[in-house]
Amino acid sequence: MTTHLGAPRTRRAEFGRNAAGLARRLDWTLIVSVAALCAIGTLLVWSATVPGDGSDPLDSTEHLRRHLFHLVVGWTLCLAVASVDHRTIRAYAPIAYLVTVVLLALVLTPLGETINGSRGWIVIGGFQFQPSELAKVGLVLMLATLLGEPRDGEARPMTRDVLFCLVALAVPLALVMSQPDLGTTLVLGAIFLGMLTLSGAPVVWVAGMLVCGAVGAFCVWFFDVLKPYQVARIATLMNPTADPQGTGYNSNQALIAVGSGGFNGTGLFQGEQTHGQFVPEQHTDFIFTVAGEELGFVGAVLVIGLFGLILWRLLRTAQGCEKPYPRLLCVGAASWFGFQALINIGMCLGVVPVTGLPLPFVSYGGTAVVASMLALGLVLGVRSRDRGFV
Amino acid sequence: MRAAPVDDFEPPGRRLGRAGLVIAQVLVVTLFAFLAARLWYLQVPMWDHYREMAMANHHQQLIVPATRGQILDATGRPLVNNRTELVVSGDYHELMGMKDNGRKVLSDLSEVLDVSPEKLQQRMRLCGPEVSRPCWPGSPYQPVTLADDVEPSVALQIMERAGDFPGISAQAHAVRSYPQGGHAAQLVGYLQPITQEELEAREDLRTQFTGIDQVGRDGVEASYDAQLRGDAGKRVLGVNNHGEVMEVISETPPEPGMHLVTHIDLGVQKLAEKALAEGMAKARPRYKADSGAAVVLDVRTGGVVAMASLPTYDPAIWRGGIDQETFDEMLSEEAGEPLLSRAVQGTYPPGSTFKVSSLAAAAENGYSLRSTYACPGSVNLAGQNYQNYAGQGHGPISLHKAIVVSCNTVFYNLGYQMWKKDGGLYPEGEPEEAMANMARGFGFGSPTGIDLPYETSGRIPDREWKRTFWQETRENNCHRGEHGYPEVAKTDPSRAAYLKLLAYEQCVEGFQWRANEAVNFSIGQGDVLVTPLQLANAYAAVANGGTLHEPRIGRALVSADGSKVKEIEPVVRDRLPVSDKTLEYLQKALTEVPKKGTAAGAFAGFPQDKVSVAGKTGSADVRGRQVSSWFASYAPADDPQFAIAVLVSQGGTGGMTAAPIAREIYEGIYGFESPGQAEGEGGSGPAEPLLPGGEPPEDLPAIRPDGSIDVLDR
Repeated sequence: MTTHLGAPRTRRAEFGRNAAGLARRLDWTLIVSVAALCAIGTLLVWSATVPGDGSDPLDSTEHLRRHLFHLVVGWTLCLAVASVDHRTIRAYAPIAYLVTVVLLALVLTPLGETINGSRGWIVIGGFQFQPSELAKVGLVLMLATLLGEPRDGEARPMTRDVLFCLVALAVPLALVMSQPDLGTTLVLGAIFLGMLTLSGAPVVWVAGMLVCGAVGAFCVWFFDVLKPYQVARIATLMNPTADPQGTGYNSNQALIAVGSGGFNGTGLFQGEQTHGQFVPEQHTDFIFTVAGEELGFVGAVLVIGLFGLILWRLLRTAQGCEKPYPRLLCVGAASWFGFQALINIGMCLGVVPVTGLPLPFVSYGGTAVVASMLALGLVLGVRSRDRGFV
Repeated sequence: MRAAPVDDFEPPGRRLGRAGLVIAQVLVVTLFAFLAARLWYLQVPMWDHYREMAMANHHQQLIVPATRGQILDATGRPLVNNRTELVVSGDYHELMGMKDNGRKVLSDLSEVLDVSPEKLQQRMRLCGPEVSRPCWPGSPYQPVTLADDVEPSVALQIMERAGDFPGISAQAHAVRSYPQGGHAAQLVGYLQPITQEELEAREDLRTQFTGIDQVGRDGVEASYDAQLRGDAGKRVLGVNNHGEVMEVISETPPEPGMHLVTHIDLGVQKLAEKALAEGMAKARPRYKADSGAAVVLDVRTGGVVAMASLPTYDPAIWRGGIDQETFDEMLSEEAGEPLLSRAVQGTYPPGSTFKVSSLAAAAENGYSLRSTYACPGSVNLAGQNYQNYAGQGHGPISLHKAIVVSCNTVFYNLGYQMWKKDGGLYPEGEPEEAMANMARGFGFGSPTGIDLPYETSGRIPDREWKRTFWQETRENNCHRGEHGYPEVAKTDPSRAAYLKLLAYEQCVEGFQWRANEAVNFSIGQGDVLVTPLQLANAYAAVANGGTLHEPRIGRALVSADGSKVKEIEPVVRDRLPVSDKTLEYLQKALTEVPKKGTAAGAFAGFPQDKVSVAGKTGSADVRGRQVSSWFASYAPADDPQFAIAVLVSQGGTGGMTAAPIAREIYEGIYGFESPGQAEGEGGSGPAEPLLPGGEPPEDLPAIRPDGSIDVLDR
């Protein structure tokens, strides 16, 4: 089983000794599900980046090769994290959190780069990444630490802990909003609400936060906090055909691409909508439409099913945890992936407003791949060590 | 794997977490099941819908216009054909795909074309509700015309420097060409950009309209538009989101329009126009001779051999689209309304040429052809005095002579008597209206049915018409009859009083068909109006033994490669309601007019022994205008082939102006020496007959598979 890991034996001796045991204790259902999603995603990214002029897919593999590179880096980091004791990681959680916050702040300095209207990138040399993706990992770790280890020996988080959490949320949230990046803002909020709800914190707080979320959403809507294009996107959702060439364009084209796929799909590289570039951002935010068109219902429902399976595994792992900290790590990851998958697929199916969010494990995007893989690694590590029956 | 141990002493927080986790799992299953259901809905029941939308997205239909058919004369000589013109056009999507929306390319191009870059950019815009001309009315998938009719050197420069002009191309386009200049201009008509109304009315246009092509608006271009137009081809292109063409999915080539072979003989047409123009010039300056028409019909088929209308215009004005100012001028009275075909759209009182109808009405209503009728210098009927032409009397004469010398008083009497027989002012029961009914039987008062648009009916007035007219004008007349004309009274009180009286009379008894109206009707005056074509057609019917045709310009439609020929058969509209005996009597009378009658002077020296001409002059009066000159005729009298009607508006008497014009046309057709030629003014020796033996070509001109046309040798 060690071969599965591929970890060099020249690494630390401790790691080597643990490797065989680790492999045994890993959640292989989860790994296989994620790997399957990654494989499908790789094909879809490839297909979405082949020009539609009838050229050979083998001639345009630039995105494919970069995506594969991201996956290799991601999986390596994932397994590395999984092999480290989560208690060790917890000790460094505040530092990881602080690093991500600092990176988020750096985005606003001249190091930051604006892409697609959002100042969300840091470019150093030829290397560019999105700190907001890493902020998700940082927030999960920080909230798990704060909520999973209540002060004053309490058995569950009390008001004080919740307030600390709010502060921990507020800093990255404010930075992400200032980019502005509505999608990541929502994901951070979802992670917070998910973890808080399942942390055992006072019900008053949980309910309060949920109400706050609702009121906040209302205020945002009502007091013009949203940009006009964002309002239009929500309005579009209500009636997608009202303005097919305007704001409803993305949503409408996504529906056409998915709907025209039919039960069996047009076949990989055969989608006329995909290769006519009718749907924008097709290798990132709208990758699911490629699955819908080219792989049809069969392929697209498999993607949905795999996400269901992954979430089920994450929540089962959480259920199995003795201690609140690892449990909350799993809950955090589940909130993140679940929310992002629901919003992303929902947007491609025209049931959720268009929001710029990648589909975890499927979309193209280096930082997003690495960040999700890090989170997966955390959960795998939890399962391998904190099940109370090891 | 082992189940987690359940511990009763677990902290409550953990329990809450556990319960929450179960709820979370249920939530996940529910939400993802919902997504799967939505996916199913989109991809399975709605598949067809979205597949169609995808098709519309991805497929762009491009209409490839067909080459319009030519319009040929009977021997194959082109009246209208196509010529190639070099057009510089831009690829909309390629230019708009450039960083600067093609600004640089267009500004470079503007220097070569010598057009301002702003103008080119305007032409590049797509027309829309908020974008008006200059803009591109066609599809963005068609080449957008930036400049038409460019010099070959300019086109060559653009083609050679293709690298400097990405998205710009120079191509040859087929455009309408008028090799005969202004000849037969009103007859062939013209093309104009299609209007929304035309698009809505014609389905064949809607399905193949490109947004830039034109439609026949007048002449045979309009009446045979559907056949000349052909069937546009369709090219379905696969395009991407940026409009770039990825592939050609299907292609149906256009079916070129059919050529229209007409009955027109270009030689006779040109001669008719020349004779008309010269005749009108001769009538001046004594007469205004402001406009005229000459119609030559083949009495055997109703085919139109020539149809001249003056003033005319040069169809070159349609080239490259006419501007509104020129168009308005073409329709203005000052310019003589050259677009108007006097032959089918001009209406004039027919004067004495109308007597053929009046004679027939009398003969068919109990007036003997063997009796004699008084032809005094003047007659007094219902208290009003009516003069003969120049007040000259001829004593008791036959109806034959009444036609030959054109005696008005004979017909005045006939008209008056028939009016009285119908009950005069107060008819009892249904009046017979013999005169008006006979006129309608000759085809007057209704369109002849020629294959030309906008033909007018003319007018045959009778009691019923009078009543309708009275009802329509009554309100105004009664108002004027009561309140008078105060605005006229300011300057001319006596005239205002007269007008008031007239209005009052009209108001009270305007419905009455009065004696003077019936009397004037009998000699084609008063409210009678006919078109030159109606008159020619009526005389053709007299000539051919009573068959009233629907005149036809078109003789056949031939496909562009000559493989399909659709003959346009002669159409018989009606028979004259006249007995053979009366018809024969009429023919004999008409035959004498150019020998001993009112046209004898005009036909002096004409070889009547070779081709005997039958005809009737007419000199029609309209209040406030000079007398209009008519000659209606046919020849040869013993075996009629052609009917010719000539009108010169305000051109003097029929014998003086119109008859010599008709004579010149006959001379040309049969190849007789004209008096002018005999005096050595032009030409040498007897001219070649334009229609040898008076026969139109038996065959159609041959159109070869390669599209070339063999002109028939005459």
